[in-house]
Amino acid sequence: MTEATMDSSAAAATPAVRAGKRGSNAWRHILTIAKREVAGYFASPVAYVFIVIFLLLTGFFPFIVSGFFDRGQANLQAFFAWHPWLYLFLVPAVGMRMWSEERRLGTIELLLTMPITPWQAIVGKFLASWLILALALALTFPIVITVNYLGSPDNGVILASYAGSLLLSGAYLSVSAMTSAMTRNQVVSFIVSVVICLFLILAGWPPITNLLTQWASSWFVETIAAFSVMTHFDSIQKGVIDSRDVLFFLSVIGFCLFTTSVIIRAHRAG
Amino acid sequence: MIEVRNLRKSFGPKTAVNGVSFKVEMGEVLGFLGPNGAGKSTTMRMITGFIPPSEGEVFVGGFNMLEDPLPAKSLIGYLPENAPSYTDMTVLGFLGFAAELRGLRGEEKKRALERVIEMCFLESVLHQSIETLSKGFRHRTCFAQSIIHDPPVLVLDEPTDGLDPNQKHEVRTLIRKMGQTKAIVFSTHILEEVEAACSRAIIIDRGQIVANGTPGELKQRSEHAGAVTVRVREGSSDAVVHELRQLAGVAKCVVLEESPLTVRAFAKKNGQQGDLARAIGDLASRERWRIEELHTEEGRLDEVFRNITRPETKPEELA
Repeated sequence: MTEATMDSSAAAATPAVRAGKRGSNAWRHILTIAKREVAGYFASPVAYVFIVIFLLLTGFFPFIVSGFFDRGQANLQAFFAWHPWLYLFLVPAVGMRMWSEERRLGTIELLLTMPITPWQAIVGKFLASWLILALALALTFPIVITVNYLGSPDNGVILASYAGSLLLSGAYLSVSAMTSAMTRNQVVSFIVSVVICLFLILAGWPPITNLLTQWASSWFVETIAAFSVMTHFDSIQKGVIDSRDVLFFLSVIGFCLFTTSVIIRAHRAG
Repeated sequence: MIEVRNLRKSFGPKTAVNGVSFKVEMGEVLGFLGPNGAGKSTTMRMITGFIPPSEGEVFVGGFNMLEDPLPAKSLIGYLPENAPSYTDMTVLGFLGFAAELRGLRGEEKKRALERVIEMCFLESVLHQSIETLSKGFRHRTCFAQSIIHDPPVLVLDEPTDGLDPNQKHEVRTLIRKMGQTKAIVFSTHILEEVEAACSRAIIIDRGQIVANGTPGELKQRSEHAGAVTVRVREGSSDAVVHELRQLAGVAKCVVLEESPLTVRAFAKKNGQQGDLARAIGDLASRERWRIEELHTEEGRLDEVFRNITRPETKPEELA
């Protein structure tokens, strides 16, 4: 019964000591969960398939469809312009299993009865999936080398665009985390997530906003567009990392992860 | 170590658990019995903090599960129903993950892993992915996870479900052994298990506790408890039954077999254990019956279980 005595003595410690101990434990738990999750992605074909497909498509669209070489410009605009559309399908494919798989296997019951908070599990799982997306994005580096070899691009703009792309994928991923917490069915999770992400794109996509301006007042269209990832992604792509744009993506992530925790709690409460 | 006060849980209009209260002390093994859908799993999920109760409180080691969940959860080892695990991981990877979430690192973690691997006989499958394992191994892997931090409290939801008879025996032995130093709650619908491993049993039906006592006490509630079976050589059934009915302690008599004549005399509820057997022995020697067998029944748990969880019986009538 050494364990019981140990635990009760820990409980007898001052609240400040306990809070401090929990703070460091929180990151350890998040790290443990993230590590397992990353290993899980690589144990299944998900990570490999995602990375290969992402690299193929980021090669295909800019070069073949947008005519990267014919443009005669030393920048990566044609490359990054495709990201919102590629992520639209690829990110939900990565994120759809995040919570629905836990519910299907029943492991959610193990995870949430461990001495960790639901937040630690949510953040750990999210960061792990984001890391996979970041890895795929990082593996597009040959294109940066190519433009630098062919011309002299503004590498600051490229770096900003990469940061914007990463934030964009994080925002989509948080939407997928939320939808995957709603259901144990991964297909449903995928479709709902694609629809929400599509809305986030279309709300600020010029063909749609142009259409809206014909019958709605401009402030209304601008308000709607402000909720679109396109508006913020475009402005980061111009090479200026505005804190408002960063804040937008971070608040989408924060909001969706918070909603995820609410959904998980609601499921447990019945 | 575990205290449950007036626990209630409704899912929409359906009440799954309705006012359950009990305590489990150190060194006790509590068997949780009940028909399917009686609320066993729901109660266990509330004890382990997986789902919050609609009403009532759970204390584990003095910590309130709702207000102070982390220290309460750290005292518990939990084997959920159907023994879930991350099927894409290896056994070693999965147990290591559980150990780390339980705060075990380095040397401590290594020792904990060695201990549970030996206890649960997992040596041969350590590096196999869990999805390739048989049900018995999967089950033991999840069981190993629940005892990795040597918790003072164990909550096991159907720990022997899906195991073969040998494995069942192993798990029961393990539970009984660990029960000496821990507080254990386990659910089952196998009644022998209760007699084999429990120091106390609770029967729950439609969300309410309908019986709570040692397996022996529960068996006393059986109609068969204290009944005496007599086998007489060359006796006439009418005469024997007639004489037995004259005895003061006999409630009723049933002829089980005509040849050789076997009669069961049911005891009246107020009698002392052994009274009836003695009286029948005396009667037999007076009547010069040639007794081949005479024994007192212990009572049957399955009969008690059926009687108090039968759909038409209301819990109030049994109190």
